[in-house]
Amino acid sequence: MENLQGSMREIVKNLLNEQQVDLVIGYENGTIPLRTSPCFVTKEAEVQKLVWNSWCDLDLTKFLFKPENQNKKVGIIVKGCDARALVVCIAEKQIERNKTFIIGMPCPGILDRKKIEAAIAPKEILEAEVIEDQVIVKGKDFEQTLPKKDYLQTSCLACHYNNPPIYDVLVGGEPIELLTTEDWDAKLSEFEAKSPEERWAYFTTLLRDCIKCYACRNACPLCYCKECFVDQTQPQWVGKTIDLSDIMFYHIMRAFHVAGRCIGCGACTRACPMNIDLRLLSKKLERIVKERYNFEAGLNPEEPPAMGTHKVDDPQEFVTEGN
Amino acid sequence: MTTAEKDSQGEELKTWEPRILAFLCNWCSYAGADLAGISRIQYPPNIRVVRVPCSGRINPFYLIKSLQAGWDGVLVSGCHPGDCHYISGNLVARRRFAILKDIIEFMGIDPGRLNFSWVSAAEGEKFSKVVKEVVEKVKKLGPIEKLIKV
Repeated sequence: MENLQGSMREIVKNLLNEQQVDLVIGYENGTIPLRTSPCFVTKEAEVQKLVWNSWCDLDLTKFLFKPENQNKKVGIIVKGCDARALVVCIAEKQIERNKTFIIGMPCPGILDRKKIEAAIAPKEILEAEVIEDQVIVKGKDFEQTLPKKDYLQTSCLACHYNNPPIYDVLVGGEPIELLTTEDWDAKLSEFEAKSPEERWAYFTTLLRDCIKCYACRNACPLCYCKECFVDQTQPQWVGKTIDLSDIMFYHIMRAFHVAGRCIGCGACTRACPMNIDLRLLSKKLERIVKERYNFEAGLNPEEPPAMGTHKVDDPQEFVTEGN
Repeated sequence: MTTAEKDSQGEELKTWEPRILAFLCNWCSYAGADLAGISRIQYPPNIRVVRVPCSGRINPFYLIKSLQAGWDGVLVSGCHPGDCHYISGNLVARRRFAILKDIIEFMGIDPGRLNFSWVSAAEGEKFSKVVKEVVEKVKKLGPIEKLIKV
């Protein structure tokens, strides 16, 4: 993965020199190990800041919505999942395709710093390096090697599109092989077979920890509304307390708002300070839309979004006939 | 809603009756309910009607918020597919409703609390049957406990 960094920089340099773009959004090293920060490159001299490594977990699509980037031609570095988020935004007419230059990165999976930190705890990691399949973490008086495959992001394990479905240039030129280990179909079916009481108990136990900080909303590349329903006060849809009822209300409506749009990038789960894993719900959303409307979000910018269109013969087995 | 009944010893018993909030489209189901009324067709008195311009006007928040506020069930009724006054509002509503229902079912709330039907302005009889069916269904489920804010 790190071997693509050089060619990525080369591509960005050429884009800026040929004035094809005004700005490139990419990643730079973070101020602490195991992290990267978003990086905004406008000059050739700054290109050396750009990095591409196993810590590039942030979805940069979010930055295309910044007012200062609105009237520019922007180049953006995207992984498979980021590109799908971008496709959804383009299909929903929020981002103009011709103002965006998509630099696609084939992605072998991003590492989960929380998992690594937990494995090393209580020692503090001061330096980390990824060499092929090994992660080498170093700190004061210790050095440890971990196998990369055990510390991937949980969302990467369930990934089906590690190569961007759309791009203007694919760095490295070749798509790479997919690693999928988790079978979510089976997990979902198993969960659906449980009784309503068991399912309710699962979700209430899972979400009871929620502090309603809305980090999941903020991190989601598809939550671009200028005013979110949670912030509305006229009317105030969501109660401001952490009463279980208010928490469940928020999560039902959040799920509803990303239904048919969620691409399972796991940004919500990564952002959660309480470590709540929302993937079961997001995978279910994918399944609902697939089964009902044969639609998969984030693959084709020309296709109208599932919740923005309708057909006369949509399934309606739930309709009360009053017989 | 409670009505007083007496058991064999003459003691008062409270029997529970469901409360159901019905969102009816102005152009069809509301007129259908009206027709049921002027035709003197009997249906259970458990529903309260909110008139909306179109089933597509119903924000899904209304439905979940109703359950949170303690309504035992919700009924949404609009024009038959193809008959929408605004051409496709009911088809939009159908997709939204389907997704919302699937989500709450997955999370363990009984989907029978959310009901959806097509009733035209000429179907007073059907309206009464739909209300009967929904009231029966919600009665079996019992008072709402899961999402209610106390």
